[in-house]
Amino acid sequence: MALTTTLPRSTTASVAARPARKGRGGVPYAFLAPGLLLFTLFLAAPIVYAGYLSLRKVKVSGLGLGSKSRTEVWAGLSNYSRSMTDPDWLPSVYRIIGYGLIVVPVMLGLALLMALLLDANRTRPALSSFARIAIFLPYAVPAVVASLLWGFLYLPRVSPFVYALDKFGITAPELLSSSWVLYAVANVAIWGGTGFNMIVIYTALKSVPTSLYESARIDGASELAIAWRIKIPIVMPSLVMTFVFSLIATLQVFAEPITLKPLSNTISFTWTPLMKVYRDAFVRNDIYSAAATSVVIAVATFILSFGFLKLVGRRAFTQED
Amino acid sequence: MSKKIAPVLASLTAAALFLTTACSSSDDSPDSGSTAGNEKVALTYWSWAPNMDKVVEGWNSTHPNIQVTVNKQDGGDPAVTKLLTAIKAGSGAPDVMQAEYQKIPTLVSADALADISKEAGSLKDKFPAAAWNSVTLGGDTVYGVPQDSGPLMFFYRSDVFEKNGLQAPKTWDDYAAAAEKIHKANAKQYLGTFSASDAGLFAGLAQQAGASWWGVNGDSWTVNINDAATQKVAAYWGGLVEKGTIDNKPMYTPEWNAALNDGSQVGWVSAVWAPGVLEGSAKDTKGKWKAAPMPQWDTAAPATGNWGGSATSVTSQSKHPKEAAEFITWMNSDPAALKLLAGTANVYPAANDATSALTTPPAFFSDQSDFYSIAAEAGKQTKPFTYGPNVNVAYSAFNDAFGKAAESKKAAAFTESLATIQKATVDDMKNSGFTVAG
Repeated sequence: MALTTTLPRSTTASVAARPARKGRGGVPYAFLAPGLLLFTLFLAAPIVYAGYLSLRKVKVSGLGLGSKSRTEVWAGLSNYSRSMTDPDWLPSVYRIIGYGLIVVPVMLGLALLMALLLDANRTRPALSSFARIAIFLPYAVPAVVASLLWGFLYLPRVSPFVYALDKFGITAPELLSSSWVLYAVANVAIWGGTGFNMIVIYTALKSVPTSLYESARIDGASELAIAWRIKIPIVMPSLVMTFVFSLIATLQVFAEPITLKPLSNTISFTWTPLMKVYRDAFVRNDIYSAAATSVVIAVATFILSFGFLKLVGRRAFTQED
Repeated sequence: MSKKIAPVLASLTAAALFLTTACSSSDDSPDSGSTAGNEKVALTYWSWAPNMDKVVEGWNSTHPNIQVTVNKQDGGDPAVTKLLTAIKAGSGAPDVMQAEYQKIPTLVSADALADISKEAGSLKDKFPAAAWNSVTLGGDTVYGVPQDSGPLMFFYRSDVFEKNGLQAPKTWDDYAAAAEKIHKANAKQYLGTFSASDAGLFAGLAQQAGASWWGVNGDSWTVNINDAATQKVAAYWGGLVEKGTIDNKPMYTPEWNAALNDGSQVGWVSAVWAPGVLEGSAKDTKGKWKAAPMPQWDTAAPATGNWGGSATSVTSQSKHPKEAAEFITWMNSDPAALKLLAGTANVYPAANDATSALTTPPAFFSDQSDFYSIAAEAGKQTKPFTYGPNVNVAYSAFNDAFGKAAESKKAAAFTESLATIQKATVDDMKNSGFTVAG
């Protein structure tokens, strides 16, 4: 009897305690499951596979003709050393640093300026929304189409601008020549990206209560001072976010230069790191060293973006605290 | 068992049908006859030539048991990339594939093509030696049947030549002199351009000068991109670009099209298929162009190279290689098929018999009745050239190195580029494990 009474008691106690613990443990995983599953299938698994491929290579024997002359073998880190010592690798890295130094400040500067201008003009909503859409529209144009459009404008014989300048006796510079080509490619990216960043910053600006500005005006602040002292500090988190996005986009620049490539002598197959990955994988048919270069680019992107976020961390997330 | 027998029976029946194409469809209703006769074989065919489906209709209508479906591709390079991906994946490849001559060693080395020497080995005498060599790689294995070839020819604006008192250049010295004269008379006019994005054309020009960039020597490959013949060609074009008598911009750009059409580019070293391109790019200049044999290095020993041209191959994934081989044999050697190829698909068939199918000149050159006799002569003069297993590596290295050289406009940079390409090509082969001599 004593046994039977104590047993149920202990079981009820543990049953009472368990559902709570089980609930706390299981439910979050159930909510996370779709995300985790998709992450594993479409991000983690390919990354692991790319890492695996980067350590492999194909070994050909003899003339390499006929079947069974190719075998896949472990390559150690030789793909990495070959990729990093490729004479085309460092120039492509330097090139995107230069490209980033042009694109990021100009694009974000323009986006901030336009967002501030639009925000200053709150009295005419119709005009402001038209301007907003007009500035945003290039972002809706795919990068390949944008590059083709600009490519036509860059080529002297088909460009209406060159034609018009010529009528005034001005010889336009050849924008796809070696001294201009970096700016020509950067211009396509700036044209396409400014609108998106403007919208992000503008949305942040709109959430600022007008009472802040009113009190600033009562204190005698000019519009310029309001922009500089109030608006920009308040949208700083958005600026940080757009900066990180732009940084990542810079490291991954590909569509614009590869589309403009056939139009000129100046854009090589390895013009940017990602173009080198593409060349190795699909032109040279060497997915192994392409995988190695991809891993290096991914690690660099990770370090740069998280390093930057850590550096400005407190500022970036003040809004969420 | 039945799985193994069925294709054999099917192919035997198909072979019988092939021999009696005219009456086979009326004699055998699909419901009667042996079971194997009902075994229908469906083949897929990747090609990028225009109107190829109409050529295939000619086969399908007479061969009810071997039905071929054309799957249109974007072009030579994307098709090869797709095929290699399918081979790696183990499925997804077509039965029949159009393969450019320079890609065949790459495809063979990836084990993507089937050996059809049993079915097509006897066709050897029907094709020029250079074309046949491209599908056998000099051995006994047959990796395809030559379809079209692209012997190099020279095209020029006869009105501009007349105005400047010039004749079609017989030698490369003549070409250089003509280029200078034309550019001096009108600073906006050029007789040509050096295109760093067309490695295939440069390879053809090197071929004309006697180069063969790859070779097989016993059990090892040889690579000779930086040989004396190619050096001569690079120095020649580098010299013209440095002097400024020809342009340095790539071909096949909107800019180049406009220059052809507005009369700024008044000549084109190209191949037999050029009329089709000119018709699209330079339609306002119709009737002003003339075709001529290539300028020569040595008029006593006339030679030419190739730009483009392709074979039709059976892939290693095909479940019906015999039927596929039959189809490509018909398409590339049957007189009726050659007529369709030349007339409908607008290709210049590689087969020796094709000359009879080509009587009227292409529309853009309708006034030049000897167009195809010039082409036939050029086809006979094509020098042998062996492609290697990593043509894409060499060609992409060519793009980058000669792009820089053309931009610098220095003849020395042209000849130095060849060493860069040679090194990139040999390094790649050695890294993959190919045995490379030297």
